[in-house]
Amino acid sequence: MAKRPAYSQLCKAIEEGHFVFTGELEPKKILDLSEIFHSAEEMKKTGRIVAANVTDGPQGDAYMSSLVPSYLIQEKVGIEAVWQVTVRDRNRVALFGDVVAGAVLGLKNILTLTGDHTALGDHKKGRAVYDIDSTQFCEMLSIMIDEGTDYEGNELEGGKIEMNFGCVANPNSNPREPEILKVGRKVEQGVDFIQTQTAFDIDEAKDFLKELEQFNVSVLLGVFPLKSYGIAWYFDKFIPGVSVPKDLLKALKKAEKDNKGNKQGKYAALDKINIEFFNPFIEEIKKTTKAAGIHCMAVEYERLFEPLLKKYPKYV
Amino acid sequence: MIITQLKDIDEIYDMIKPYDKILIAGCDGCCQPPRSLNEAKMLGQLLELKARTESKSLKWKAITVLRQCDDRIVATTVKPHAENYDAILSLACGLGVVMLNKVIDDKLAFPAQNSHFGGVQNNGENYFIEYCEECGDCVIAETGGICPRAGCAKHLSNGPCGGMVDGMCEVGGYTIPCAWVRIYERLKKFNRLDLFKKYRPPRDYRTSTSPGYIPIYKEYGNEEEEEQKEEAKA
Repeated sequence: MAKRPAYSQLCKAIEEGHFVFTGELEPKKILDLSEIFHSAEEMKKTGRIVAANVTDGPQGDAYMSSLVPSYLIQEKVGIEAVWQVTVRDRNRVALFGDVVAGAVLGLKNILTLTGDHTALGDHKKGRAVYDIDSTQFCEMLSIMIDEGTDYEGNELEGGKIEMNFGCVANPNSNPREPEILKVGRKVEQGVDFIQTQTAFDIDEAKDFLKELEQFNVSVLLGVFPLKSYGIAWYFDKFIPGVSVPKDLLKALKKAEKDNKGNKQGKYAALDKINIEFFNPFIEEIKKTTKAAGIHCMAVEYERLFEPLLKKYPKYV
Repeated sequence: MIITQLKDIDEIYDMIKPYDKILIAGCDGCCQPPRSLNEAKMLGQLLELKARTESKSLKWKAITVLRQCDDRIVATTVKPHAENYDAILSLACGLGVVMLNKVIDDKLAFPAQNSHFGGVQNNGENYFIEYCEECGDCVIAETGGICPRAGCAKHLSNGPCGGMVDGMCEVGGYTIPCAWVRIYERLKKFNRLDLFKKYRPPRDYRTSTSPGYIPIYKEYGNEEEEEQKEEAKA
């Protein structure tokens, strides 16, 4: 298959050889998007975060749809969105409808995901859809973008969808081989980039990236700076397949305990732990692997952007 | 086996409350766990006790039959018993209850059970597990004899997903093995990872649209005759 043109800023930046960063925004059970806009503005200010992922009902919870916030951050803030779309809640008819709507709204990146099962979320009695799976969604997007038709070959009138899309991969997967083979199937269906689930173990992450090299697709390794001990604990306990190193958990707990009542002191201590952990981590990934960049899931942790990214050149 | 579970006794009692005399019909067919004469009797005793707590009397009789989903068996073995009763309480799967209502159409038959899935209990395991969801489009030739539809909470054709941790599934709190890891291990054992690597296109859901309906002539090779009939009609 001929390589798809880079339609998005994200893919263009990768193509130009920059070590790219993407951020993450999580619209939850909200009507007011001001915090999302604030976070997106902070990402834009860094000059290093080229696009922001907008999540689609993570952990199976009922949150605001990712389509509108993806559009609004592009319109109001001017940062490109990586529009996350899961196959959990929509059948192939609805997925087609949403993708076309997203294209009309000027969205340029889709991240395809299976989506955490509804059984994990806050509407446990709901029916999970999974009409097509995320690999089949990749095939559907390839057909829509490259051939200009719907999944059944019916022509799409009035223009062309100019989008790039990616898939996810899990460096924590055990056993790993089926995960790698699954990513291979997705690559076969024409993905433009891969963003990974968060990694904490540098050796495991490097091994994983090495194995993904065979697919010749740009990979952004996921990192998750830990804003508080509570978030770290939740992440460790409830996010499938992710375990936060015990030392890091202990250090965060201690930092919060030592600075009880002193907000500034606590922030400084937590930031220091994150910077000391993630700065060398990112540097090592940049220097020793073929990763195209980092997907930094510092949700609502904007103050870390500057100290974490300052050593990398601006390119946006 | 069709895996069933008894409904809550209060729910069953509410169904039969308007009636004074009920026939409780067990089924010796494929229900698992077994719901035969003993279970029917036990249910009758429980319902009688429940009625007494409300100062009511409930007359009941327990029977069992070979299979409640067979119209001839129901007509010859359940129907004669039902004559002297106001309603029927069935301990069969959903198929049996529907058949009782159809064949004995002057009585209402109520389900005492919820029917869950086509599954088994493996030797030494203390749970029933789904093996087949009767989708009408069998793919297990490519998946080492393990069904990714009945076995995977997300019915994936191209798994595993990110919800697999150490070979277990996120649904059910990591107590049930991931079907796609089982498929991977089995295909690897037979040196058939070529099948695992293969991309599988979306499923055609027309094979499982309700109500399921398959004209029997297709099975017996009378297509030509049927086609001629259709042509004559046209």
